[in-house]
Amino acid sequence: MSAITRDEVAHLARLSRLALADEELDHFAAQLDQIVGAVARVAEVAADDIPPSSHALPLTNVFRPDEIRPSLAPEQALSGAPAVEDDRFRVPRILGEEA
Amino acid sequence: MADTETLMPYDEALERFEPVLGLETHVELGTASKMFCGCPTEFGAPPNTQVCPVCLALPGSLPVANAEAIESTIRIGLALNCSIAEWCRFARKNYFYPDMPKNYQISQYDEPLCTDGYLDVVVDGRTVRIEIERVHLEEDTGKSTHVGGSTGRIHGADYSIVDYNRAGIPLVEIVTKPIAGTDTLAPEVARAYVTELRELVRTLGVSDVRMEEGSMRCDVNVSLMPRGSSEWGTRTETKNVNSLRSVERAVRGEIERQAAILADGGRITQETRHFHEETGRTTSGRSKEEAQDYRYFPEPDLLPIAPDREWVAALKAALPELPSVRRSRLQAEWGVSDLDMAAMHNADAIELVEATVAAGAPAADARKWWMGELARRANEAGTALAELSITPAEVARVTELVASGALNDKLARQVLEGVLAGEGSPDDVVAKRGLQIVNDEGELSAIIDKVLADNADAADKVRSGKVAAVGALVGGVMKASRGKADAARARELILEKLGVS
Repeated sequence: MSAITRDEVAHLARLSRLALADEELDHFAAQLDQIVGAVARVAEVAADDIPPSSHALPLTNVFRPDEIRPSLAPEQALSGAPAVEDDRFRVPRILGEEA
Repeated sequence: MADTETLMPYDEALERFEPVLGLETHVELGTASKMFCGCPTEFGAPPNTQVCPVCLALPGSLPVANAEAIESTIRIGLALNCSIAEWCRFARKNYFYPDMPKNYQISQYDEPLCTDGYLDVVVDGRTVRIEIERVHLEEDTGKSTHVGGSTGRIHGADYSIVDYNRAGIPLVEIVTKPIAGTDTLAPEVARAYVTELRELVRTLGVSDVRMEEGSMRCDVNVSLMPRGSSEWGTRTETKNVNSLRSVERAVRGEIERQAAILADGGRITQETRHFHEETGRTTSGRSKEEAQDYRYFPEPDLLPIAPDREWVAALKAALPELPSVRRSRLQAEWGVSDLDMAAMHNADAIELVEATVAAGAPAADARKWWMGELARRANEAGTALAELSITPAEVARVTELVASGALNDKLARQVLEGVLAGEGSPDDVVAKRGLQIVNDEGELSAIIDKVLADNADAADKVRSGKVAAVGALVGGVMKASRGKADAARARELILEKLGVS
């Protein structure tokens, strides 16, 4: 298991739109490495006779009633958008020219 | 766009190839709130006014499934004779596209809520069983508008703007198994299936199933194989098919297109194609998307669904009378032929006739007016029968006026015309336009005397025994009375006056 590099953390931070300082990159690289290591231990106990599970607790059927609850105002909804046009989220070109 | 493809005429295509169909239908449920949050689902609201942290995928938000949507999906499954899963999960369908702010859509993958059902449809007097592969629940996507470029389409656009009001509205996907053996009827079978499904969902009351508003949408899969072959050909999937007529046209058009390619020794590309309403043709979509791996995995934010067996049994017992059962019952009650029933079904007239009968009209009369004069007027106006501005109760009143002798058919047509023109109820129109049969014997007698005097030749013929000539005289009376005379009574009086009996 290779260690999580500083560059990988920088890449993840960019994807997550998180502005991390240099010392934070080092800090999280070490932490993420530990987390990945801890999760990897699952593989050590996973055997053919242990079914894969998707949830930690044996709960089912958690539903909500079909009731309307207040939405955000459009200004609030759009407040984090990098670009807005006509009360809509503006996003860069979706298909490249060659498509 | 490459739009110069050759087509093989349909009949020739069917002589050489057999089509296999597959239909995927999406139905937006009519719940008050969205699938995983409490945002409203109203159609046409101003952009981004029905959004919240959950459907915008803001950090820290968690989805919770809408109980009503789960129940509606199970009811659709039961009405389609499906098995309901004892335990199933939602799954994340991962893709990078801005119509979902999460970068994934919550859907179901290998554990759909309902599986293995069927729906029977009747085409050309033949019952075709459409096998249902699965019915699953997912969330709808946001609506993108592509800006720049000449076509308003994604190709050539400079950028896009997105409204997430629709993102997260519960969406049920109903997938058929491959439909083989429909032969030349394939386009009609596809249409009949979507029609029947729409009616079924509407009867369940779980969606308004308006294809023109997008609350029901259809993807049409078509492949061809040479006659006698047992190996299916490569299929294409046509999207954007948003009316019943388009379903039929899309299947037909795709058969004609694929047949031309195959007959020419070419190969069909497995791809998404887009249907164009104006031309009835399809064009190639984004073939790049085809090889996409959605990296499905169980949705960790939502717990598994394990529908209680007693609950499922109770839902099944409480299903309303389904459309096909109802049609059989009404056909027996009304005593009409298969052909007439099919005609009413195709014209969307069954509910209207039923309501007219419920308002007191004899079934034969109700059918006669809706399928005759009113169908003609709807056709002229290019609208659906149900959109005519006349109610079943008003039609029932007209049949009552005819039955009582107050109106004849000709006057009744004028009354219908008046009601459609917004002149009020049938009785209002009768009063305002003065449309009463002339029942006053004195008035009728005076009209007849004048007609006999004006048509002495015809009168003489009748007197001398040529009774057939009375038709012209009755016609004269009807004309002189502007259609208000009772033709049968006029005939009697004319013969009496001329001494013939």
